[in-house]
Amino acid sequence: MKIAVCVKQVPEGTSLKLDPGTKRLDRSGEGALNHFDANAVEEALRLKESAGDAEVVVVSVGPAGAADALRKALAMGADRALLVSDDAVAGSDLVATSRVLAAALEREGADLVLFGQQASDSDGAVLWAAVADRLRRPLVSQAAELSVADGSLRAKRQTEFGYDVIQAALPAIVAVSDAINEPRYPSLKGIMGAKKKPQETLTLGDLGVDVGQVGEAGSKTEVYEFSLPPSRGDSRKIEDDGKAAEQIVEFLAEKRLV
Amino acid sequence: MATTAKPTELDPRDFLAIDALLDDEEKAIRDTVRRFVRERVVPNVGEWFERGEVPRELTQELAGLGLFGMHLEGYGLPGASSVAYGLTCMELEAGDSGVRSLVSVQGSLAMFAIWRWGSEEQKQRWLPAMHEGEAIGCFGLTEPDAGSDPGSMRTTARRDGADWILNGTKMWITNGSIADLAVVWARTEDGKINGFIVEKGMPGFSAPEMKHKLSLRASVTSELVLKDVRVPEENRFPEISSLRGPLSCLNEARYGIVWGAEGAARACFESALEYAKERIVFGKPIAGYQLTQQKLAEMALEINRGTLVALHLGRKKDDGTLLPEQVSMGKMGNVRGAIEVCRTARTILGGNGITLEYPVIRHMNNLESVLTYEGTHEVHTLVVGEALTGENAFR
Repeated sequence: MKIAVCVKQVPEGTSLKLDPGTKRLDRSGEGALNHFDANAVEEALRLKESAGDAEVVVVSVGPAGAADALRKALAMGADRALLVSDDAVAGSDLVATSRVLAAALEREGADLVLFGQQASDSDGAVLWAAVADRLRRPLVSQAAELSVADGSLRAKRQTEFGYDVIQAALPAIVAVSDAINEPRYPSLKGIMGAKKKPQETLTLGDLGVDVGQVGEAGSKTEVYEFSLPPSRGDSRKIEDDGKAAEQIVEFLAEKRLV
Repeated sequence: MATTAKPTELDPRDFLAIDALLDDEEKAIRDTVRRFVRERVVPNVGEWFERGEVPRELTQELAGLGLFGMHLEGYGLPGASSVAYGLTCMELEAGDSGVRSLVSVQGSLAMFAIWRWGSEEQKQRWLPAMHEGEAIGCFGLTEPDAGSDPGSMRTTARRDGADWILNGTKMWITNGSIADLAVVWARTEDGKINGFIVEKGMPGFSAPEMKHKLSLRASVTSELVLKDVRVPEENRFPEISSLRGPLSCLNEARYGIVWGAEGAARACFESALEYAKERIVFGKPIAGYQLTQQKLAEMALEINRGTLVALHLGRKKDDGTLLPEQVSMGKMGNVRGAIEVCRTARTILGGNGITLEYPVIRHMNNLESVLTYEGTHEVHTLVVGEALTGENAFR
């Protein structure tokens, strides 16, 4: 069985910066593996461990620096990495990105493609749907449990009211929820062995994707402007010395909110 | 990658941008241990310290990360660099000196002793199991009446047919009561110092835990009691019969302390910095007062200087040029500096600084042990003194 896991490099830290010139996210600083994707990598490794014979390949579309995020997935235990990196891809929206990713996945021909539920920088949470549509594959999102047997998968899908249990024939695409597992820490040997694992970088040309179909030209959305959210104004911080709850209730009553 | 250098933004947590001196693998190892400590140690260690316990599963988690004997090669060991090992010690000790001690004793004392001085059979039997955390080791050199002067040890090993009979008491032994094997140094009848692997369960061997410590409470400290313990010849280290054996191991462990102390200091500094920015006195944060700023600046200076020393010694260790006297200078300076940082942090936190809600007094108390174990501050001072003058002032 071949399992592909799509991962994204996101800016490290909690404060995201937007570049006013390009109106894009500033990715010049340190990057990290999107933590939602770590759940997908972990699930792939668990499926591999229970199947015995499987290959886990991590796939990313991003700048050259995204190789770092892929290396983190390799350190956790993935077998090899594929990065699609091409200057023309910069500025792609979800539609354009899904085109590139779908082409890379088509080339891989994996039995199962896993995604994290969303990226922690853009919070789109729809890329997996766009990719599934392009590849015409069954899709399960918000999977909180996943198993594979006899050419099909079985997933418990988290919903507002409980769980849907869904069975789908492979090849298929699954976006796992962040409740599905707790990602392992990479081991020392894993970290030290990561750079020796196969890591391939492809351009759009390698995938046969036309430059005009990606980047801003291939995107359906356009950013006109952005601005910071208004400041919170007069805020007050309450240190809890055992009376914080009372103080909050008082405050809400004062504002006639309760 | 050669680019035009431009000043980067100043990071208060890494003032001199020491990070830039580390390679990607070193950073990846450091970041993993840092995350582990943040998620698994920091939220719980106050409680461990208060109860005077270390949970057994912590040992398994540390083994899962592959940290036991990480800087040793062969026998399935990772063979990481000395710098990577040092960074690991720093991150572990940013959690607690007790957790770093657990890893130091397992890797630098017990495993290193076997790796350096053991027979091929001893290495095959113990090193992979110790790396996996299936066997925990301790190191018995210090005695109730022999600390800085290990040559005066009273533990004896007497030959009896194919075996050895060990008698004596070892004290202040980290991991003693949880250990599956103890590396015990004893004097043989010819007056020489020999090392033995004493296994848990050997008749006459016990390791009662020492209680009532006010330092390193999240660490197991024990006595090793040996009463006519019969140890087979194949458990004796064949490669060494002098104090050079145990001293070589201590030198390894001290190297880790040079780094570890800076971890404890950094944790206290970060706690004090955060607190100073939030604590309001006379209408403004105490961070805005000159006295506090002086404290913070001195703390940052000490930590950056100490970390650079540790990194320098690590690079030297990796290219095989590190001298024991240089490790002595590192341990001497860094532990003293780190204690000073923790005490200063304590004054910034005021009353909060004496509680387990904050890491400060825990680190401060722990470092009191670190100051005197693995060679006291005084002994390291005399090592440096002798190296400078050629005069031995120990006796």
